[in-house]
Amino acid sequence: MSTSLIGARVQRKEDYRFLTGAGQYTDDVALPQQSYAAFVRSPHAHAVLKKVDIEKAKKAPGVIAVYTGADLANAKVGGLPCGWLITDVKGQPMKEPPYPSLAQGKVRHVGERVAVVIAETLAQAKDAAEMVEVDYDVLPAIIDPKKASSAKGIHEIAPDNVCYVWALGDKAAIDAAFAKAAHVTKLDLVNNRLIPNAIEPRSANATYSRASDDYTLYVTSQNPHVERLLMTAFVLGLPESKVRVVAPDVGGGFGSKIYLYPEDVVVTWASKQLNRAVKWTADRSESFVSDAHGRDHVTVAELALDKDGKFLAMRVKTTANLGAYLSTFASCIPTILYATLLAGQYTTPLIYCEVTAVFTNTAPVDAYRGAGRPEATYVVERLVETAARDLKMDPVEIRRKNFIRQFPYQTPVALLYDTGNYEQTLDAALQIADVKNFPKRREESLRKGKLRGIGYACYIEACGIAPSNVAGSLGARAGLFEAGEIRVHPTGTVTVFTGSHAHGQGHETTFAQVVADRLGLPIENVEIVHGDTSKVLFGMGTYGSRSIAVGGTAIVKALDKIVAKGKKIAAHLLEASEADIEYDRGVFKVAGTDKKKMFGEVAFAAYVPHNYPLDKLEPGLNENAFYDPTNFTFPAGSYVCEVEVDKETGTTTIASFTAVDDFGKVINPMIVEGQVHGGLAQGIGQALTEGCRYDESGQLVTGSFLDYTIPRAGDVPMFQLDTRETPCTHNPLGVKGCGEAGAIGAPAAVMNAITDALGVKDVPMPATAQTVWKSLQEKAHARV
Amino acid sequence: MTIKVSMKVNGKAASADVEARTLLVTFIRENLRLTGTHVGCDTAQCGACTVLMNGKAIKSCSIVAMQAEGADIMTIEGVAKPDGTLHPMQAAFKEHHGLQCGFCTPGMVMNALDFAKSHPNPTEQQVREALEGNLCRCTGYHNIVKSIMAGAKAMGGKI
Amino acid sequence: MHAFDYHRPASAKDAVSLKAGKSEGKYLAGGQSLVQAMKLRLSSPSDLIDLSSLKELTGIKVSGSAVEIGAMTRHADVAAAADVGKAIPALAALAGDIGDRQVRHMGTIGGSLANNDPAADYPAAVLGLGATITTNKRKIEADGFFKGLYETALEEGELITSVSFPVPKRAAYMKFKNPASRFALVGVFVADFGGKARVGVTGAGPSAFRQAEMEKALAAKFAPESVASVKVSASGLNGDLHASPEYRAHLITVMARRAVEAALK
Repeated sequence: MSTSLIGARVQRKEDYRFLTGAGQYTDDVALPQQSYAAFVRSPHAHAVLKKVDIEKAKKAPGVIAVYTGADLANAKVGGLPCGWLITDVKGQPMKEPPYPSLAQGKVRHVGERVAVVIAETLAQAKDAAEMVEVDYDVLPAIIDPKKASSAKGIHEIAPDNVCYVWALGDKAAIDAAFAKAAHVTKLDLVNNRLIPNAIEPRSANATYSRASDDYTLYVTSQNPHVERLLMTAFVLGLPESKVRVVAPDVGGGFGSKIYLYPEDVVVTWASKQLNRAVKWTADRSESFVSDAHGRDHVTVAELALDKDGKFLAMRVKTTANLGAYLSTFASCIPTILYATLLAGQYTTPLIYCEVTAVFTNTAPVDAYRGAGRPEATYVVERLVETAARDLKMDPVEIRRKNFIRQFPYQTPVALLYDTGNYEQTLDAALQIADVKNFPKRREESLRKGKLRGIGYACYIEACGIAPSNVAGSLGARAGLFEAGEIRVHPTGTVTVFTGSHAHGQGHETTFAQVVADRLGLPIENVEIVHGDTSKVLFGMGTYGSRSIAVGGTAIVKALDKIVAKGKKIAAHLLEASEADIEYDRGVFKVAGTDKKKMFGEVAFAAYVPHNYPLDKLEPGLNENAFYDPTNFTFPAGSYVCEVEVDKETGTTTIASFTAVDDFGKVINPMIVEGQVHGGLAQGIGQALTEGCRYDESGQLVTGSFLDYTIPRAGDVPMFQLDTRETPCTHNPLGVKGCGEAGAIGAPAAVMNAITDALGVKDVPMPATAQTVWKSLQEKAHARV
Repeated sequence: MTIKVSMKVNGKAASADVEARTLLVTFIRENLRLTGTHVGCDTAQCGACTVLMNGKAIKSCSIVAMQAEGADIMTIEGVAKPDGTLHPMQAAFKEHHGLQCGFCTPGMVMNALDFAKSHPNPTEQQVREALEGNLCRCTGYHNIVKSIMAGAKAMGGKI
Repeated sequence: MHAFDYHRPASAKDAVSLKAGKSEGKYLAGGQSLVQAMKLRLSSPSDLIDLSSLKELTGIKVSGSAVEIGAMTRHADVAAAADVGKAIPALAALAGDIGDRQVRHMGTIGGSLANNDPAADYPAAVLGLGATITTNKRKIEADGFFKGLYETALEEGELITSVSFPVPKRAAYMKFKNPASRFALVGVFVADFGGKARVGVTGAGPSAFRQAEMEKALAAKFAPESVASVKVSASGLNGDLHASPEYRAHLITVMARRAVEAALK
């Protein structure tokens, strides 16, 4: 092979099965002795469970069993654990209330599981679920996070509903800097609560074998090993070796499928009680009330500047809504993944961030695409743009004035940026977006009665969260490495086992490109296996744009071991010194000679070791590696958004969107572009259409696609994309990750454009037509 | 009430005794085990369950199986040629990276097939309008739109 | 979905007599609203009487002065009918923008009107054109048909067989869609009958209604400025997450003006 596969637009290996209906998603799995579960869910946001009467349901046709929280408690099934311990400003651990899989004593959000009915058919299970009679003593609900700390506690352990107050930075120094600053820009910002809504609803199908006393759980998970670890070690008290977790084809995750969910625990536990396979698949209505939601910050943000627009200090106070229970990684999102990103691309020397995390009677909140970083970018980029307007500076120039230009760069918020070139992506974005002709376009829009605005966002993100020991010192209760295994078969084809999990990202193609390129094999000879704990040695899974940077590097490390062993074998076969063997694209050569052995010949020798140094070397060619990164990676980019607002209706149209990203080395540009497109759509969704709303009693107002607006094809434009490459300095591929960028950078760019179009300081997200219309009305009234 | 339902699915006769309340999508997925047709919502918004009924795209989650009694149904499993060669619309999705997780894909392809019959050379705007009943959370639609424009051209107005 | 008994009558007459003994039964037209409601267990009929094989309820007849549409005619067929497009292009366009393509292949005019969803499109046209609804028993004028939220003048067991729309001089329908459901947040149908005008509004209230003040202004002069200055009262209009009564009131004026502009094009 002469041309490199790195950087090639290779079509996806996984597409054929998806395009012909041959994908195997969890709900497609039908097991012998299949039964079906339906959950009885609380219609109340906050209530005491006085009585759960299951007698009628138990006698309904087809019903096999009905379980309540009492059954799980009697069986000593534990509550769900939180994977990250935050230590508060006083050095105390965060409050960790119990999170039972089926409610015990109380329900704390609409949609919480009260009982489960398992029946021969799904229809029978649903029919019987309606017969479970629950007597609720309804309590007042706490919905508004700003009011949570003054309300009565919803958990005994947290009487003021505060999970923790956490801070980063030297408050006194920053207050002093603010006191003498020439200018302070201040914004009250709400980062709207979002509901992830992967199009595949969550599903879990568990079976138990008495013969081998083991379980198999098929589940919609982004990280099957983590699911297994949490469920066995913390909840069911089972040996991991007795539980196989398979996350087959998974229809999108966006964070919402990272977590261990109560339904997964219940069907797994029940499969043994009943000696049956038990399947549950969420209706979309259940997804809305029971999937972990995202974002939900209320923030006061301030930026201190000197008279020339140089940033002096930033002060941020955020209330983060965690919902009713601590979801798996809930606690680290508004802290470790948020405050540490507040430097953005700038040299702001002093930053203070204080986060109050509260419990409310709403669904749990956890990581959703970007997870903390979109919230941080929104704060930084809305502040920067607004400061430029306050100081009558060009928003582009104020950014240039404050860009970090020397790398590595130690930020005041703990991160060490290894590399970057922010000017480069900004310059490219300005050119592609044809910013210099914006005034002309604005005039044209005005002639049509439309208001046109332009907005920028220069984001940074921290991906491939690491290293494990640092994360551990910050409270992580899990490692953050990744594992990979290369199995070379006797004929020289290769199967790669990765702990990363693909649910749309195309790892079967991208990872195969890396392996085929490194080994010099045709890509058809490389198969990628993931998502099955019985096949893959271990894995931390896919989230935080970590797959190529961490999972890909683990594979590269295993490949290095394969090549090293191959050299030893080749040296023997070629009767040369190991030190003289070179490997290049499928060929082991003795340096400076034409003596060579093909990769396939070496593999064959390893498995048919007739001529083989058995005294020095084991047969076989199979290596694995664990990789724990030394630092995060820092993708960054510049986005330019132009909007057109219909003054009469308030409708905002994205007139154009330009994204120039620096993801380091790009393996497959086609796939990377796809990731950016999807992220941008979700970011635009957050800005324009998506806003989870509970009413005061805790009913989810946006409980279906009839009220919660995820963008449709007509809501987004064709995107203008480009990339620039400053390779990551601390992984061998030079890669940084690309999965979340769009969702991180887009909201600020869109809202900066809308506020520019309207000539107002702020418009709340989502900037729906009604919201924009109201803003225009208020502005008109203010003028009168 | 149990009732016998019969129809043609992907060219083959299919029938079963089902409860009257069985949705067409349930009949397809559970009785026929054709699991390429997906269910992504319960309010007829997402379109992942789209199939062709007598040549027209419909949402199989929105009708009971009996409403398709005697009908000719085509699901995603019936789109490629018998030898496995992808249909031009499927090929266009692959070529233009019009899918990521693959879950909404069958519904997208089925709707696109029907749309392309009457729109052999659609504009971007027409394609976006035609996708009003199909949700995708992965692709931002960019490459789906490109795929359908290319696929429609390749089809030349014929499935 | 709760269990029910399914029936497939061979004629409209059979359908009506089947329904007679079943007070908890329902006619099933296209099912695009009913099946949804049943799936969510919001509606639990004892029996479904499926009208889909009744050819007698399907079809479009266009005479010089009226367009008559059989109750079981699908939205897509109305949208695609060349003679409808010629006689009342606004009606074909309205049908062609109901729901989405898939919904239009199943949904029917009779089903839509009998359901009377406050945000459905057809009621705006029925009122805006002054249509006549024919049932197995009688003819009902548009103005007497819509009685309130999901309520119509239809009596127990009464079956819509067709709807007849008078052909106006010109007409247009403008819809501002609910961003999530894509139903009408506000839809306004305006029709010019030469010296007489009708304005049907959907999405804005508990049920579709006519806008008398606009009709008067348009009767005097069928021009955008006639409606542009009409301030609609927010009182009695729907308010929800997507639009307050005030916003809806404002949108009625904007959509009405745009509809008149479109009608004049």
